[in-house]
Amino acid sequence: MKNTVLALSLLFAAPMAQACETFTIGDISVEHAWSRASIGTDRPGVLYLEITNNGTTDDALTGLTTPAASMPMLHETVVTDGIASMPHAASVPVPAGQTVVLSPGGFHGMLMGLTNVLKEGETFPITLTFEQAGSLDVSVDVLSMRVEAAACDDAK
Amino acid sequence: MRLRHIQIGLWIMAGLAALAYGALILRPQMNAQTQETTFQPAFSLADSAGQLRTTDEFAGKFQLVFFGFTNCPDVCPATLSEMAQVMDDLGDAAAKVQPIFISIDPERDRRLGIDSFTQAFHPEILGLAGDIEATQAAAESFRIFFAREDAPNAAGGYTMSHSSALYLIGPKGDWLRQYDYGTPATEILFDLNTRL
Ligand SMILES: [Cu+2]
Repeated sequence: MKNTVLALSLLFAAPMAQACETFTIGDISVEHAWSRASIGTDRPGVLYLEITNNGTTDDALTGLTTPAASMPMLHETVVTDGIASMPHAASVPVPAGQTVVLSPGGFHGMLMGLTNVLKEGETFPITLTFEQAGSLDVSVDVLSMRVEAAACDDAK
Repeated sequence: MRLRHIQIGLWIMAGLAALAYGALILRPQMNAQTQETTFQPAFSLADSAGQLRTTDEFAGKFQLVFFGFTNCPDVCPATLSEMAQVMDDLGDAAAKVQPIFISIDPERDRRLGIDSFTQAFHPEILGLAGDIEATQAAAESFRIFFAREDAPNAAGGYTMSHSSALYLIGPKGDWLRQYDYGTPATEILFDLNTRL
């Protein structure tokens, strides 16, 4: 009985745990990768995550590729005098020893040309390209439209 | 000759001081003006069924108004999520508040469907997408800004920049205040509860 409960709780915990999974290449590690469920495929999707540079050399996220979107790009939302715009960002700097967060109202991956509907509870892969560390495959959790941050116990 | 230089120097300093003083006394007045002078924003915009909806319809209720566009995956969902959270947390008092999403990219949003977007956040949010002139008029009356920006890499070749705050309109139609982008739902809720 106890084992069944344990097995069940693990089963339910599994999808939640994914955004909390850490992906590492060289000095770079990425966690809390999440996206919002989409309505159809006509509107762009979004990508948020946290990048930590554990090394002593500055790095930068320079690109994204994913089977989930034909034109993924890096954007930065800028609010100036109360007016929001989101210009294209050539790269996201990840200085040595620091953690950089792509989150609502700041840097984000803009997933234009969605190939499929992003459904809550599903995951999709994305490849991040770093100037120094190279390419890193990350799994992205699709969360509800109304979520504003990845649901991880260790979230800072 | 030397004395004249000192004199000019003193005059310049006096002038600068006067300017600084002027800036000091004028600035708070300008702020007070935008906060205290009431005005009554108005809109007349089509809902998803094509029916014209106006401000008068919501007399007696508070209106929580956000201007945005549905092709906006970052700022707009974040704000509509806050709006939805506030509506949920208001409980019974939610009946006194009408949340409204006004599209500043109305032609595309009518095509994409404005209701499917607002409903994904909260069933009570009214989505409006009028014609360009009516949208411009609504923006002017709320004293907000929006602009279309060419972006060769964006869907459709353009994106929008827009005022990103939430606006609170009182039961008599008066503009009461704005909640800047990023104001947590708990803070908005607290403020609303002091008014309801
Ligand atoms: Cu963007």
